[in-house]
Amino acid sequence: MSKILKYVAGAIATSLPASAALAAWELNMPVGVTELSRDIHGLHMLIFWICVLIAVAVFGMMIYSLVKFRHSQGAVAANFDHSTKAEIVWTIIPIAILVGMAIPAAETLIKIEDTRDSRLSIKVTGYQWKWHYDYLDKNVNFFSTLRRDHDAARQLHSGVDPNSVPNYLLEVDHPLVVPMNTKVRILLTSSDVIHAWWVPAFGMKKDALPGFVNELWFNAEVPGTYRGQCAELCGRDHGFMPVVVEVLPQEQFDAWLKEHQQPPAAAAANTNVESAATTVAKAE
Amino acid sequence: MSTAHTHPAGHAADHHDAHDHHGPEKGWRRWVFATNHKDIGTLYMLFSMTMFFIGGAMAMVIRAELFKPGMQLVDPMFFNSMTTMHALIMIFGAVMPAFVGLANWMIPLQVGAPDMALPRMNNFSFWILPFAFTMLLATLFVPGGSPAGGWTMYPPLSLQNGTSFPMLIFAVHLMGASSIMGAINVVVTIMNMRAPGMSLLKMPLFVWTWLITAYLLVAVMPVLAGAVTMLLTDHYFGTSFFQAAGGGDPVMFQHIFWFFGHPEVYIMILPAFGIVSEIIPTFSRKPLFGYDAMVYATASIAFLSFIVWAHHMFTVGMPLAGQMFFMLATMLISVPTGVKVFNWTATMFKGSISFEPPMLFAISFLFLFTIGGFSGLMLAMVPADFQYHDTYFVVAHFHYVLVPGAIFSIMAAVYYWLPKWTGHMYNMKLATWHFWLSTVFVNVLFFPQHFLGLAGMPRRIPDYSTQFADWNMVSSIGGFGFGLSQLLFAYIVISTMRSGVKATDKVWDGGTPQGLEWTLSSPPPYHSFEVAPEVK
Repeated sequence: MSKILKYVAGAIATSLPASAALAAWELNMPVGVTELSRDIHGLHMLIFWICVLIAVAVFGMMIYSLVKFRHSQGAVAANFDHSTKAEIVWTIIPIAILVGMAIPAAETLIKIEDTRDSRLSIKVTGYQWKWHYDYLDKNVNFFSTLRRDHDAARQLHSGVDPNSVPNYLLEVDHPLVVPMNTKVRILLTSSDVIHAWWVPAFGMKKDALPGFVNELWFNAEVPGTYRGQCAELCGRDHGFMPVVVEVLPQEQFDAWLKEHQQPPAAAAANTNVESAATTVAKAE
Repeated sequence: MSTAHTHPAGHAADHHDAHDHHGPEKGWRRWVFATNHKDIGTLYMLFSMTMFFIGGAMAMVIRAELFKPGMQLVDPMFFNSMTTMHALIMIFGAVMPAFVGLANWMIPLQVGAPDMALPRMNNFSFWILPFAFTMLLATLFVPGGSPAGGWTMYPPLSLQNGTSFPMLIFAVHLMGASSIMGAINVVVTIMNMRAPGMSLLKMPLFVWTWLITAYLLVAVMPVLAGAVTMLLTDHYFGTSFFQAAGGGDPVMFQHIFWFFGHPEVYIMILPAFGIVSEIIPTFSRKPLFGYDAMVYATASIAFLSFIVWAHHMFTVGMPLAGQMFFMLATMLISVPTGVKVFNWTATMFKGSISFEPPMLFAISFLFLFTIGGFSGLMLAMVPADFQYHDTYFVVAHFHYVLVPGAIFSIMAAVYYWLPKWTGHMYNMKLATWHFWLSTVFVNVLFFPQHFLGLAGMPRRIPDYSTQFADWNMVSSIGGFGFGLSQLLFAYIVISTMRSGVKATDKVWDGGTPQGLEWTLSSPPPYHSFEVAPEVK
């Protein structure tokens, strides 16, 4: 008991000043940098405010009843036990609200599922516990792993204060690099267990399944570095396989691509290993 | 609704023979060979409380590790074991047995029966559980540790479990068998042993919701058994149901699992609806608003629960039409659920409300379950779900419906019926303290998790980036506070079982409790209704 208190007090003392500087007590979903993420954010806010409106009405009614009809204040109970009219009203209204929400949700969903006309396809393969990126037909492929200093810092009793490590747990050795203002299609699969590839700023998350290929797309409009994580429990180091994407203007991306292109022979060898690991791939 | 009359005592005496006068057996035989619905109900409730504290202790480990960024206490593998075991124990060990215990105690009392219909099966269905959970907990000590692939047991990850794997599967089989037997008993009792005059639409809502729950259990527990058996054969007998390398499909497991899993969610909340529907009218001194609508809403929810399972897996990559269907069906569930919340509110409206501990918990249920409903509605929107899925937003959502939802309703039920069961009134002041501590801390614990999820923190991770530090610390403090507050609950329950002020037969003399249970003495006679009461 006292040990716990000591631990709690110690932790508060050590982490409050540092974390106050770093974090902002984030409350809401940030707006992303793609059209889809903005649409999704809009839907999120729409449904949120609808919930708030319903909450004001329902909780308001509850609180009013709890305050107004208190036994201790001499309230005398009425004796009604149903009202068909009221019941019809509060069945119809929610249905109307739901239809109103389903329409924009369906529109966005159709857009999300439309992976046609992409200009760049990247095959992403999940491994325990890293990502492999393969730029299809571009002779570029590499693994992306949690950076070593971060991996050292996250070990039990490492003695490293996470606050002293910038972007703690969200830094990789080789980030995925994509061009800006380009529709990029991600083909997702896995070589072992189920993972999920997620970059919140792109608004998309999808499972990487062994033996299957899933698709998603994004079109990032602002250059920069965007960070996410594996989102499907995948074993011991599930918490330690970040996704880092660097969005570059087209010319810089082209230069990067050229620099990283391997001679065809080496690339072919790599691809063979890759396809052996990914067993029965079946496009959906 | 209905009024009830028991036969005068003299009349009942004619009916007795010597056999009826025996009480409980002495010592351990009373419990091991228990066939009495009250004894078995008590066993279930005490078992559930034990599991609640074991599962709770695991939650404390989780919250302690997440108190601040960096790994301080446990290995990531053990952390995964804790999340997995916490869920299994809380769902199958705490919430479900508590509801079965309440069913055992209250259904015979509420339908005017002497006991449950199948007393020996009742004994069996309880006594399986200690073995199931001993086996599950024993996995903590086997090589490779406890199951760590999540309570949902998704392959291929769950197939990586070592020695614990077959133990987990067998434990799940036992729990399922126990639940099915419990459910059959409930159905048979309700269908055959209602007092004369108690037509279906005169049954108390707790009985109604349990009847529907029992059908859900009978329908889906075998599905779970099938799913885990296929996992077992994939692991040990070379089948490839879920292994892509052999032509199987890992997503198929998720479909089968959630076909069980979503009705399971309602198995854990429908009886709660019943409890709240009993308590709110009592302390509002006004009949329940829209009894028939409540019954039909419960039945609709149960039906819809079978056709929404894939909303747990929107990110696996389904056809567009499938996503649309599951989105619409899921949204539709909020309509009957909304009807229930509106009806409870309308019951309080123009009532005369007092705030005894069961009512306090019921009111808290009403507010906080509704918050869980709102986040559920948000999660139903597929595009938004792509962001929420597998983040702390989901964790916050299902804990809101399970903790201040299901568990608060169980506590409300205990505070409502404990004086009836024991014949003792508990310390109301302490119980009120327990209520306020629980309600405040449960919100400190779970509300910030919405923010964490929206900010992008995935679930089931033992360590996190520093941007998530603040709300995690708040959540952990809430967790420790909530955990400690529950010790008060255990103290109140145990001390009331031992002694206390004598409770009256009606118990809530100031309120308007309805139902046959209040026509019996407190505590009720060993064989509840030896002569069936007449319901008019």
